[in-house]
Amino acid sequence: MANVALAEPPLDLTHREVVDSAVVRFAGDSGDGMQLTGGQFTLATAFAGNELATFPDFPAEIRAPAGTTFGVSSFQINFGSRVIKTAGDAYDMLVAMNPAALKVELGGLKTGGIIIADTASFTDRNLRKAGYAENPLENGNLAKYRVIPIDISKRTLEAVKDSGLSNKEALRCKNLWTLGFVYWMYGRKRKPTVDWLERKFKSRPELAAANIAALNAGHTVAETMELPTGVHGYAIGQAKIEPGLYRTVTGADALAWGLAAGAHLADLPMFFASYPITPASQILHTLSRMIDYGVVTFQAEDEIAAACAAIGASYAGALGVTSSSGPGIALKTEAIGYAVATELPIVIVNSQRGGPSTGLPTKTEQSDLFQAVWGRNGDCPLVVLAARSPSDCFDVAIEAVRIAVKYMTPVFILTDGYIGNAAEPWNIPDIGGFDKIPVTFPTDPEGFHPFLRDPETLARAWAKPGTPGLMHRIGGLERDYDTSHISYDPDNHQRMTYVRRDKILGVAKDIPEQGVELGREGGTVAVVGWGSTYGAINRAVSNMLDQGLDVSHIHLRHIWPMPSNLRQLLNAYEFVLVPEMNAGQLVALLRSEYLIVAKDLTKISGKPFKISEIEDAIRHLFGDRP
Amino acid sequence: MNVDTQPEKLTPKDFATDQEVRWCPGCGDYAILKSVQKTLADVGAVPENTVFVSGIGCAARFPYYVETYGMHTIHGRAPAFATGLKLANPDLDVWIVSGDGDSLSIGGNHLFHLLRRNVDVQFLLFNNEIYGLTKGQYSPTSHIGTQSPSTPWGSIDNPASAAQFALGAGARFVARSVDTDQKHMPAILTRAYEHRGTSFVEIFQNCKVYNDGVFDAFTARETAANMQVMAEHGKPLTFGAENQKGLRFNPGTFKLEAVTIGETGVTEADVLVHDETNKSLALMLVAMEPPTMPVALGVLYCSPAGTYDQGIAELVSKKKSDDKPDFNKLLRSGHTWTVS
Repeated sequence: MANVALAEPPLDLTHREVVDSAVVRFAGDSGDGMQLTGGQFTLATAFAGNELATFPDFPAEIRAPAGTTFGVSSFQINFGSRVIKTAGDAYDMLVAMNPAALKVELGGLKTGGIIIADTASFTDRNLRKAGYAENPLENGNLAKYRVIPIDISKRTLEAVKDSGLSNKEALRCKNLWTLGFVYWMYGRKRKPTVDWLERKFKSRPELAAANIAALNAGHTVAETMELPTGVHGYAIGQAKIEPGLYRTVTGADALAWGLAAGAHLADLPMFFASYPITPASQILHTLSRMIDYGVVTFQAEDEIAAACAAIGASYAGALGVTSSSGPGIALKTEAIGYAVATELPIVIVNSQRGGPSTGLPTKTEQSDLFQAVWGRNGDCPLVVLAARSPSDCFDVAIEAVRIAVKYMTPVFILTDGYIGNAAEPWNIPDIGGFDKIPVTFPTDPEGFHPFLRDPETLARAWAKPGTPGLMHRIGGLERDYDTSHISYDPDNHQRMTYVRRDKILGVAKDIPEQGVELGREGGTVAVVGWGSTYGAINRAVSNMLDQGLDVSHIHLRHIWPMPSNLRQLLNAYEFVLVPEMNAGQLVALLRSEYLIVAKDLTKISGKPFKISEIEDAIRHLFGDRP
Repeated sequence: MNVDTQPEKLTPKDFATDQEVRWCPGCGDYAILKSVQKTLADVGAVPENTVFVSGIGCAARFPYYVETYGMHTIHGRAPAFATGLKLANPDLDVWIVSGDGDSLSIGGNHLFHLLRRNVDVQFLLFNNEIYGLTKGQYSPTSHIGTQSPSTPWGSIDNPASAAQFALGAGARFVARSVDTDQKHMPAILTRAYEHRGTSFVEIFQNCKVYNDGVFDAFTARETAANMQVMAEHGKPLTFGAENQKGLRFNPGTFKLEAVTIGETGVTEADVLVHDETNKSLALMLVAMEPPTMPVALGVLYCSPAGTYDQGIAELVSKKKSDDKPDFNKLLRSGHTWTVS
């Protein structure tokens, strides 16, 4: 089959409208390959030199009944020549592979936005399943949008008819046909996708050829077909991006690599124990392929065993890491308390999802902050960090390893489903630029006991089995400060509780002071966020600054202990606004720690904040001023 | 500091810590501790390379009394801790000490998976058929009708059989002994130590305070000889004061039966010879119960197979290159592009 994709001329700008950014949402059945389509569009967009952010949004069911609204799987991408902070609020283009996708996603499309719909899937049966009484492509209800109805199924079959594929296999190329069409609309190059298809289907070249043919056919049709009035191709200039070598990275991969890199910097073997759970499993998958990077992975029989095995490995002198999502973290709770009591270093990753209980497995939320900071029996302090974006996961993971081994403590990393699945371009760091993480294992039996503390960090000695003369026993029972033996002494328990607390609070001396992302230090409004709300808050604050409002963006990485200057910093603002994807957890922590009047802005819909929602809240505060 | 000298042979006392042992007077655990310390000395265990891991319960205090490394962990989870420990450092010699509640109730799942994976550790189950540390509630191995604070009218649910559970979970080494039998137990523990893979040892342990005499039917001085079969590989499965009794396989009922040599035409040749590699035989032996049948003790099943830790170690050595891992290479794998 002719491979026309590879001779791609430079974009002819004469018939294209130049825009500085665009938001596209691909939506279809779970089996339509929308995540793959979005992933390829992301890659092509990164190659085009645009800034971008993505939002994969898919159902918990692997293959929900075809054609149903709850089986719709979507992928949103925001890309442009300016700095992109979020996956975008409303979209400019909606690709609807069936009526259910149109039904579910139409609400997010801008007025005047483009709908590309596969007419072949708008059958009576599918319309009924989606809850449409009549065909919306024909009854005029979509008049405020610009609809491009195409029989994608038929055109795909035509494009691949020489491939020798069965009808069913041929129809699976629909998503690539559609991708080709959208590539032309936004002037994307096909080569990265062609290369990818050839690699992916190396052993089945006929599938590679058919998919490439479909991609090219969609592209050609877009180029030659008469589009509805006002619809034409678009061009997006290259973004001003810091020079460097780039790749796209998801939060799950960045986190996995960061953990392994942290262990490497500490010169420790890494032991990762986990039990499959959405949306955390990808971290296990990525690490499972990293045996040659000093990582041993263990798929445990349950969440509890995963946490316990990680702690067992840490006792042996490895870096123990476990990972899960809220319900699984709940099961690990007792083991985490044990690691606090025995003062062993472990890293616990929580890829947060909607709760409580099973909640919304594939939807994002930030509602496990209380669980991380406080959710254990007894006074049981540990360190909590939060990642703000996919690439930030790498740095946060290394920081977590550093604190865990330096302070002999469990460290939580809070990420979420959105960060884990979303991809963004990443200026790849040089591992040589990171500081080594020093770890010393004691060997001298003179005066040794296992809870002998470093006077500065209060960390205990990490004596590992195999060391002659340092045989000792640890356990969850309270131990004597001076001898490490079991102790039920009342004064000793009070002293030990304070030592455990002070050790963790002391970490605040060892982390950067809290900075201000945007705006000035002190002023009228501080918008304080943590985790994946970073992009939306940052863009909203930036827009409000442009409008002359006195507003600042502060974003926490260190949730517990909090940076030592945070109280003073927050007190320098008239208003503190805390947007969170929960019912108000960080805001409660800030109020109780600093006795400040902080306002909450909560969103618990399973979807990330829109920029406009934060802008409205900021404006509201200014409107409220006496 | 460590001086490089040939270590003297350690004695059982060298494996005792300076901690006061705090079990109830007369507890079977004292005898087991003594046996374990003797075994460690006998086999020449290296204290710094040995780790005792326990969960929660009376038995779980064990690590505090053994001069090796030790982890007293949380209820039921010792197998999971031990698995992580062993995978992180396969050179360690790991012993797990557990009770019937710890290993068959709250921790049943972890024991199952430990045995299934065949992690190279010794698992000692102190079975006293009662919850001691929480003051005497019935346990998953208590016989029906056990009266306890939580079952004042007698327990109703069926007890679990520890050794049948272990065999069902895929254990490759199953043995049994009695706490007070100071001759038998060190020999069994030595076999457990030598076996590669999970060595499962059920020890019938008397709880003096809450379940005294529960095993008298086969451990009391007057019953032991007639109600215990000491299984030894390659030797006939005989018992009784003069070894006049034996176990015979009845092909008609597909069951074992207790017979007396010299009676009703039974000869020594009729008595089964123990084959510890025969799982079908092991399953029949562990199912025997008083009063109709004696209790089988000794190494009932031993059939070594690949261990999980060994499998992981082999995978690591196959996949790991001699060079230091190059993270810059990893981060630059896949599609990259340059912005200048």
